Amino acid sequence: MADDILLEVKGLIRSFALSAGFFAKPRQLIAVNNVNFQISRGEAFGLVGESGSGKSTIGRIIARLSQPSAGSVTFDGTDWLALKGKALREKRRDVQMIFQSPYASLDPRWRVRDLLAEPLKSYTDLTGSALTSRAAELMEQVGLHSGWINRFPHQFSGGQRQRIAIARALASKPKLLIADEPVSALDVSSQAQILQLLRSICTEQGLAMLFISHDLSVVDHLCQRVGVLNHGILEEVGPTGQIFRNPQSSYTRRLIEAVPGKKRRAAEGAMHA
Amino acid sequence: MTDIATIPIGTQGTEPAAKQERSFLSSLGRSAKGLTGLFLIMLVVACALFARQIVPYDHAQQVIEWRYAPTAWQAGGSTRNLLGGDNMGRDIFSRTIMGAQISVQVALIVVSIALVIGSVLGALAGYFGGWIDTLIMRAVDFQLAFPFLLLALIFMAVLGPGFATLVMALSFALWINFARIVRSETMRIRKLDYVDAAITMGVSQLRIIATHVLPNVLPAVLVMATLDIALVIISEASLSFLGLGVQPPTASWGVMIAEGRDFLYDQPWIVIAPGIAVLISSVGINLFGDFLRDYFDPRLERM
Repeated sequence: MADDILLEVKGLIRSFALSAGFFAKPRQLIAVNNVNFQISRGEAFGLVGESGSGKSTIGRIIARLSQPSAGSVTFDGTDWLALKGKALREKRRDVQMIFQSPYASLDPRWRVRDLLAEPLKSYTDLTGSALTSRAAELMEQVGLHSGWINRFPHQFSGGQRQRIAIARALASKPKLLIADEPVSALDVSSQAQILQLLRSICTEQGLAMLFISHDLSVVDHLCQRVGVLNHGILEEVGPTGQIFRNPQSSYTRRLIEAVPGKKRRAAEGAMHA
Repeated sequence: MTDIATIPIGTQGTEPAAKQERSFLSSLGRSAKGLTGLFLIMLVVACALFARQIVPYDHAQQVIEWRYAPTAWQAGGSTRNLLGGDNMGRDIFSRTIMGAQISVQVALIVVSIALVIGSVLGALAGYFGGWIDTLIMRAVDFQLAFPFLLLALIFMAVLGPGFATLVMALSFALWINFARIVRSETMRIRKLDYVDAAITMGVSQLRIIATHVLPNVLPAVLVMATLDIALVIISEASLSFLGLGVQPPTASWGVMIAEGRDFLYDQPWIVIAPGIAVLISSVGINLFGDFLRDYFDPRLERM
């Protein structure tokens, strides 16, 4: 089983110093408190919690956009946090990120072709027309017309933009995809499509995914395993069905109770069973 | 999978920002401010470009009979000297046109130097922060504490007056404008997701600055540059007026005003022509700069 583990997070701590005033003693905010979890190859792992629970911070640490205060991250057998400079840039191809808002994650001045070419230039030797045709291929892969490649991001809808962001994340053929609330900036009609796309891509390419969300039902549908985060502390980790159907911690139970429409769907579920 | 569509979702993202639908040219066509500004700028630039073809006489040519010659529409004036003659018997029209050349040259050179130096330093300070930021911004603060004329005087005292010193002194005074605006814009862009995305895609820091940060601060820099061109033209005139800039007999508007000030009561036309030239160029550039600012940032228009 050990070979199957792609990512292992151990004892992760991230604290921020809060300055309370010039003379006051700085207070410590512990955003992530001793978090441990593992993600296997090809597995979709959900990280749920309220806003401010530290879930995005964990995502950013794994994406190496932020440094932890303590703890270790082992990715694909390497000490992930020890990588630096050129070696780190080379290895970043294996971990790609999809951001919450596709309005902020795509440079408004760049054409789609150039947006998709950015990772390709870093990680492949493609140039000129080969680069363009690979970018067109990526567009088709996420269900967009390859002829739209010369358009600017503002010519697309939110859902289409998120597809472009997904295509860009796939360009370097990563092993782990970090999706930080990838649908919460989208309208309801595109949310389901984007989730479906993420699911099918991960299954087809055997891609592991760290899916960060505040939405329990989405995680329930998408992820095999889930971790519940409460004020930086991982309350419980386990198979999604087990955690959601039979929660051990009182926090998880409250979180599940809080989902609107939960009772109705539970009743429907009982009818089907 | 179909039932995901029925899942209630709490938060809704922001709608796409209003698109910049009108092209640059069509919004220029609709803006009286922009068109007037552009027209005045073109007028000055045309004078500068074709100065040698326009002027009837050499700007330094002195003719005894032309001394204190009134303008063509005054009693005793003639079309020989359209804008009259100065105290040295030189043709004011020729000198004013040649002055445009100096002003446009100084303005373009100074603003280009200040723009490049200021933008690069501002981008580095804003992107990396830490000690780099502290170092660059303390230099800016230090310089802000000095009055601009005092700085220029130091340059003149050390290097002696002249065209090159003038350009250096003005560039040295202006780079901080660009450094400050680029720094603050860079700090804003630095936090945007597309910069983080580029980092996760293995793009190097300097490349991110060059490809994501600088192109996105460009609008702000362009607006700054236009407004600074007007400032440079006025500053060049002031420094030359004080005798610290372009040296006689080269025709600069500042030099002309300086030379004519003793005759302000009896022969005001010596000062009026170059004075109006300074006015036309700075009004034109400011109008056009205002238009550019409105175009790039429509939110400011109503203020």
